[in-house]
Amino acid sequence: MSTNTVPNGKPVKSTDLHIGAAEPGCKKRDPILVAEGVSRTFGGLKAVDVDHLEIPRGAITALIGPNGAGKTTLFNLLTGFDKPDTGSWTFEGKSLAGMPAYRVARMGQIRTFQLTKALSLLTVMDNMKLGAKGQIGENLFRALLPFLWRKQEEENEAKALDLLARFKLDEKKDDYAASLSGGQRKLLEMARALMSDPTLVMLDEPMAGVNPALTQSLLDHILNLKAEGMTVLFVEHDMQMVRHIADWVVVMAEGRVVAEGDPHEVMKNQAVIDAYLGQHHDEDLGADTEHVEAIKELLDDKL
Amino acid sequence: MIDWGAIFSNAAVELISPTTAAYALAALGLAVHFGYTGLLNFGQAGFMALGAYGYAISILTFGFPVWGAVLVGIGASVVFALILGIPTLRLRADYLAIVTIAAAEIVRLLFTTNSFASVTGSANGLSGYKLGFAALNPIPEGTYGFGPFENNAYDWWLRIVAWSVVVLVALFIWQVMRSPWGRVIKGIREDEDAVRALGKNVYAYKMQSLILGGVFGTMAGMIFALPRAVVPSNYQTSLTFFIYAILLLGGAATILGPIIGSMIFWVLLSFFSGFIARAVEAGWLPFMTNVQAGQLRFILVGVAIMLIVIFRPQGIFGNKKELAFVH
Repeated sequence: MSTNTVPNGKPVKSTDLHIGAAEPGCKKRDPILVAEGVSRTFGGLKAVDVDHLEIPRGAITALIGPNGAGKTTLFNLLTGFDKPDTGSWTFEGKSLAGMPAYRVARMGQIRTFQLTKALSLLTVMDNMKLGAKGQIGENLFRALLPFLWRKQEEENEAKALDLLARFKLDEKKDDYAASLSGGQRKLLEMARALMSDPTLVMLDEPMAGVNPALTQSLLDHILNLKAEGMTVLFVEHDMQMVRHIADWVVVMAEGRVVAEGDPHEVMKNQAVIDAYLGQHHDEDLGADTEHVEAIKELLDDKL
Repeated sequence: MIDWGAIFSNAAVELISPTTAAYALAALGLAVHFGYTGLLNFGQAGFMALGAYGYAISILTFGFPVWGAVLVGIGASVVFALILGIPTLRLRADYLAIVTIAAAEIVRLLFTTNSFASVTGSANGLSGYKLGFAALNPIPEGTYGFGPFENNAYDWWLRIVAWSVVVLVALFIWQVMRSPWGRVIKGIREDEDAVRALGKNVYAYKMQSLILGGVFGTMAGMIFALPRAVVPSNYQTSLTFFIYAILLLGGAATILGPIIGSMIFWVLLSFFSGFIARAVEAGWLPFMTNVQAGQLRFILVGVAIMLIVIFRPQGIFGNKKELAFVH
């Protein structure tokens, strides 16, 4: 595992990922995840209705779209946390439809959550060790015989320390995860996911609630995942970030994939502008207007 | 005048009584459920009843040896845990609470109903199942010990067995909770979706925890039955709540907590009971009858536990740091 490949300046973009025109549902040269006809309704609302979607291997794909576009629902469906009404999907050629979430994770498709799920009353180190796969001592009867799992436990601990050092959490290893800041919890969640050596990392809004000082370090970590050969799929609202690190962008609106393409091209797509219309119609999509407005409102309240 | 010596002596008896051991064991089972896994089991009394009745019925009706009767009780509680767990463990935590409290009542009412009186003894319960256990006693006849801890051979045998079981179970829990298995269990308590996302079969782990804690409850039921008769009214919902009180008193996710908590609970209960009875006799409480006084001890124990929970909310052995983050 390469320890420090923090990209300096501009990240290296993966190009030439698709076959044919960059349109919704277009074929990829080497897809890792292929979804076909996936739909999910909540009462009368069709939250997700994706005809065809391929995620390119070894690249960073961003899943964007306005609130309520169905991004998180699609995430939940693909990771087994929710069951679709129709549809099938394969991960590395193996069908995942109907598979429970824990088995999806064991196959190497690991996710994080929009609302960070650090295990508060476990230490940072225990959080990390929980992420390791195939632990001998996780069987109740073998748990009684420490000599069976002590060696593996030490290996996991060494691996966890290595990862924690990269995420600058090594000094916190004996603290409860509850004592970490919001950004540190995001880092911990990502580091924990890496303990299982996943092939596809799915990050649900990795930047939500992270203070700007930590943003750059989080971005570097995501770029690092790619450098180490992992595929990344992430949901994000922050367009700056999407443009900065994504190799491919999938845009969802009202449950459907409305556009796909290179991050710079896709922002000019009429369907994307329509999708965001009303909120950002006459503004640059890159400008962080939401935050500015929120701050203005706060100031108004104070005055 | 009040005989303080007798009051303290009677209270001290409870320190190592088999009933205290039984409550400690049941509370250890709840610690596995609630303290470590976060399962809200409100039916520990049902597990205890299955242990007591499983043991007594096996011996009285079927003539089983002691070890066979113990296995029957444990088997019954495993089946009970599966029945409770299969439909509810996939659902939110509160469903288990509702189902367990109802299931424990169903168990008690089944043992109370007249339809099975020939086997269960109905409301009168069962007795006369202690011969097999007494026959295993290696201690020669006679009385041993000193002061409040003076007992005959059978009572010592019962105490030694009861507390040995408590110690073994405590060691068992201590070992599994510091293993990777225990780490998954504690992770489930914190957030089961996160644990699921890390590739652990959360449902299977919750089921294992429910069975394990239930079996400890069942063993507690057997120990509880040995110094007395098996009577269905002993296994009401209030029994579960006393055990929860002990657990919270000692510290929910601790090993020593349930044990020491049970000792404190029973010593306090006995102390207040003796004190109030004698205070009424001595005319200190002229506004009270003896019947009213009998209830007052529970109020006083309640107040004592409230004080401990207010001034030491993490329990006696709990970690103060854990509470710093719970609002």
